[in-house]
Amino acid sequence: MNARIQQLRRESFEATPRISIERALIETEFYKKHQGQHSTPVLRALVFKELCTQKTIYIGDDELIVGERGPFPKSVSTFPELTCHTAKDLRILNNRAMTSFKISDEDIDRYAEEVVPFWQGRSMRERVFSQVPEAWAKAYQAGLFTEFMEQRAAGHTTLDNTIYQKGMFDFKNDIAQALIRLDFLEDKEAAQKADELKAMDIACDAAIAFADRHADLAAQMAAHEKDPKRREELKTIATVCRRVPAHAPETLHEALQMYWFVHLGTITELNGWDAMNPGRLDQHLYPFFQKGVADGTLDREKAKELISCLWVKVNNHPAPPKVGVTAKESGTYNDFTNINLGGLRPDGSDGVNEVSYIILEVIDELHLLQPQSNVQISDKTPDRFLKAACRVIRKGYGYPSVFNADEVVMEQIRVGKSVEDAREGGCSGCIETGAFGKEAYILTGYLNVPKILELALNNGVDPVSGEQLGPETGDPLSFDKFDDLYAAFVTQLEYVVDLKIRVNNYIEHMFAENAPAPFLSVVIRDCIKNGRDYYNGGPRYNTNYIQCCGIGTITDSLSALKTHVFEDKSVAMEDLLEALKTNFTNNEALRLKLWNKTPFFGNDDDRADAIMQKVYASLFKAIDGKPNTKGTEYHLNMLSTTCHIYFGKMLGATPNGRLAELPISDGTSPSHGADRNGPTAVVKSLGKMDQVKSGGTLLNQRFLPEVLEKEKDLDKLVQLIRTYFRFNGHHIQFNIVDTDTLKKAQAAPDDYADLLVRVAGYSDYFVDLDEYHQQEIIERTVQNRF
Amino acid sequence: MQTGIIFDIKRYAIHDGPGIRTTVFFKGCPLTCPWCHNPEGIDQSPRVVYRKSMCIGCLECIDACPEKALSPGPDGIITNELYCQHCGTCVDTCPAGARERAGKTETVESLMETIRKDVPFFDTSGGGVTFSGGEPLMQAQFLWEMLEACGKEDIHRVLDTTGYTDPDTLKRVARGIDLFLFDLKFMNAEQHRHFTGVSNEQILKNLELLANLGSRIIIRIPLIPGINDNKDNINNMATFLAHLPQIKTVHILPYHDFQKSKYEKFSMNYQARDIKPPSPERVEAIRKHLADTGLSVEVGG
Repeated sequence: MNARIQQLRRESFEATPRISIERALIETEFYKKHQGQHSTPVLRALVFKELCTQKTIYIGDDELIVGERGPFPKSVSTFPELTCHTAKDLRILNNRAMTSFKISDEDIDRYAEEVVPFWQGRSMRERVFSQVPEAWAKAYQAGLFTEFMEQRAAGHTTLDNTIYQKGMFDFKNDIAQALIRLDFLEDKEAAQKADELKAMDIACDAAIAFADRHADLAAQMAAHEKDPKRREELKTIATVCRRVPAHAPETLHEALQMYWFVHLGTITELNGWDAMNPGRLDQHLYPFFQKGVADGTLDREKAKELISCLWVKVNNHPAPPKVGVTAKESGTYNDFTNINLGGLRPDGSDGVNEVSYIILEVIDELHLLQPQSNVQISDKTPDRFLKAACRVIRKGYGYPSVFNADEVVMEQIRVGKSVEDAREGGCSGCIETGAFGKEAYILTGYLNVPKILELALNNGVDPVSGEQLGPETGDPLSFDKFDDLYAAFVTQLEYVVDLKIRVNNYIEHMFAENAPAPFLSVVIRDCIKNGRDYYNGGPRYNTNYIQCCGIGTITDSLSALKTHVFEDKSVAMEDLLEALKTNFTNNEALRLKLWNKTPFFGNDDDRADAIMQKVYASLFKAIDGKPNTKGTEYHLNMLSTTCHIYFGKMLGATPNGRLAELPISDGTSPSHGADRNGPTAVVKSLGKMDQVKSGGTLLNQRFLPEVLEKEKDLDKLVQLIRTYFRFNGHHIQFNIVDTDTLKKAQAAPDDYADLLVRVAGYSDYFVDLDEYHQQEIIERTVQNRF
Repeated sequence: MQTGIIFDIKRYAIHDGPGIRTTVFFKGCPLTCPWCHNPEGIDQSPRVVYRKSMCIGCLECIDACPEKALSPGPDGIITNELYCQHCGTCVDTCPAGARERAGKTETVESLMETIRKDVPFFDTSGGGVTFSGGEPLMQAQFLWEMLEACGKEDIHRVLDTTGYTDPDTLKRVARGIDLFLFDLKFMNAEQHRHFTGVSNEQILKNLELLANLGSRIIIRIPLIPGINDNKDNINNMATFLAHLPQIKTVHILPYHDFQKSKYEKFSMNYQARDIKPPSPERVEAIRKHLADTGLSVEVGG
């Protein structure tokens, strides 16, 4: 890291996250004046243009890549057209201890006067919530599922290489051609398409204008700059901003700035989840790197510096905070830009190049919250690259995460994408599979699968709220066999999924009608060709995902019921239900029996893993292939992000011996502490899930740094990953644990039974060590850090 | 059918030979090294142990015991050793996991079933199975059948051994071993007898025998400060190893005291409690000293 990057990194790291009301003020003012004068897409494009031409622009000292969404780094915009913060919300955000956003009293007052009144009753969230059926509202309140688009626009938007080959003028040309081709006699949507295309054209102009303002500012700053070196840099910035995004980039600097302007455009226009993602950045940048090195204008260090500047830029953009927040509630500043490295090229050859290695170095040196990164590993990926990634993983940042590129391709081919598009695809956000630059893959929300079993065990009543949320599937005391219980679970599952989809489809319709994204539509392929918006089926592929949470908890719970209630008959259903109701009060013996004497998922034990397969098949049947509003389909995803904590809070005690309100299992990982046979057993259990039928799974593994101390240990980690991928695993990530976790492990050893530690010449489970040595390892870890 | 007494099976063992391995611990050892890190492996018979700290006092074990060997006491469950047959019924009953088996009877097939589970990892990593202990050669017939069963399925076989056995047994078993991890503790017979309870005479002869048979061998030296880390012992080892064919690699295993809690768990007296782990500098000095004699020396497994 050179001095410039050190400085920029520190500034970004230390900058205080703030709320900027500028975007909301400009937008509200514009809506007040112009709403009703234009079609919705054109109105949205004009708002975007107004923002691009009016917002404060910023070029920081020593920056090479320029542009911010807000007036300053970490100054976050609000999006009242979707969700309008109240003055109270803003005050809480300012005052809360966790993930706070600072805002002055003056700004809060102004927001309350100028922004809030206009959007009352008009924001997407209010309009949607005023229309949802009561059954949905109750289920939502009870924590049976979440709804992604109640706070933000749908995201997971990732780009392909188009923007490195086409500038905005080229896109404008494409749009003009598409307009000419419209058939107003035969195509009954022609008028609608014309509005959308006109909006896209305006959005292109807006992006060019935004860059021009930066070029002007840089030129102006250059004129006043005393330092000759910085003066030249500012001049270069001006030249770069004149060129991109108007035209296709020609140098590495221009390519990075091109991406950054497009990124800013999409996150200014709307606030999609997962801010934006360049996709296979190493492959996109490589031709520019090669060219620069060949003509002598670039060397490896300079390339690394420029790429590092992009990293700082992404880190400058915390996720917009939610509305309706509580003071206690923490969120995350992470907006989930997840950069893909390696993988395959569209022709099927290995995608790793020198830029992939440079980016791994950038990740290692900067290790900022954002952007996060992942490596895509195919059978063709050299071990050298995977090992280089493992060396970064070993540092304990929790990234890069590791994906099976071949599996990601298969998942996409299964749902009908072309082989080339699938190979250029990858993962965004956490683990979500998509065809980069060509797909709207909309995440609709998480499904609390263990909670659905809870309904089946209570004849459709939620024991936490006392409400009848699901159909009456029978008194569990009347179930003679496990299959009766399972049938009740499936009935509840299908009911809940349908309830969720019904409202999802309504929200999608609302977004398509009221919140089109013309700028995003310019850069996602086939929107121009189809004359349709990103949110209205414009992209080549359109997918909806429902993310299923808690496969570990539900499997273990069903396994406990099957083993003890229906097979051994050593526990009466009545007693078990009573114990769940009372949260195992005065019944620790039963709880421990369920926890210690049940075959659990994650141990390569077919008794439990067969139940996991059964549940997975039921989830698949309930979700996969259900129609969305765009003529395409729903698929399932298996991730929880941090929702397993919220879902756990909304759930009573479960038959696997989990106490009420504790988290459910995360992603597709086994329940915490349930996997007791080490990582190979976990990998084998996960390998029994037919992951190719999903849009992604997530496996967390915890290791201590000592387990990966030697190069030889790293080889074995590489081999563990390779073996998982031979079993068609989609994803694996490693927490190389810190002191904090170890202390938690000391306090709650049951939850950390799988934590491997390198003791001396061998490895052992941390919880098996005595307190003295646990303490010794805790201290040793700290020493290793400094 | 031949059965064996096994006290542990560890998957993803990454320090017991090449690649990712499954290590099978045989119960029973002819040596009684005071620093032993698997003390539960010394005695050959299966036992049931009781961990008071985990007991929730539900008394279910008392009802379950077919021998009526258990009774409640002021300080947890009392086992009447005269009646206890170590059958393990209480282990299966105890909800809290406070009763644990140290040693379990396994058949070749039951053990193979576990070993087979990780074959995909062996394939990817060049790993396999490691037989450790205790001393696997104490159960030579069962070991041999395991080696044959693994051999039939092309599973790489490592034997982690004290080397204390009769030469005929060793010769027979050696045909089924792909790599020996052979412990070397003392060159002086008297010291060896003093600390481990047996002479090293047969052990050294066996090592020579294996080397001459052409077996692949890695020497493992547990480095116990103040006991076997003196210059004479190390020099004598180097001299001895220098003229053995086939032996190029030595692993130094520095003493650690992580096993202390195990002694408590199994109510055993830990005689080595005053020994302190060697400093990294000391370990490195000895590593270098041995390496200078032309051996390839690594610290750790």
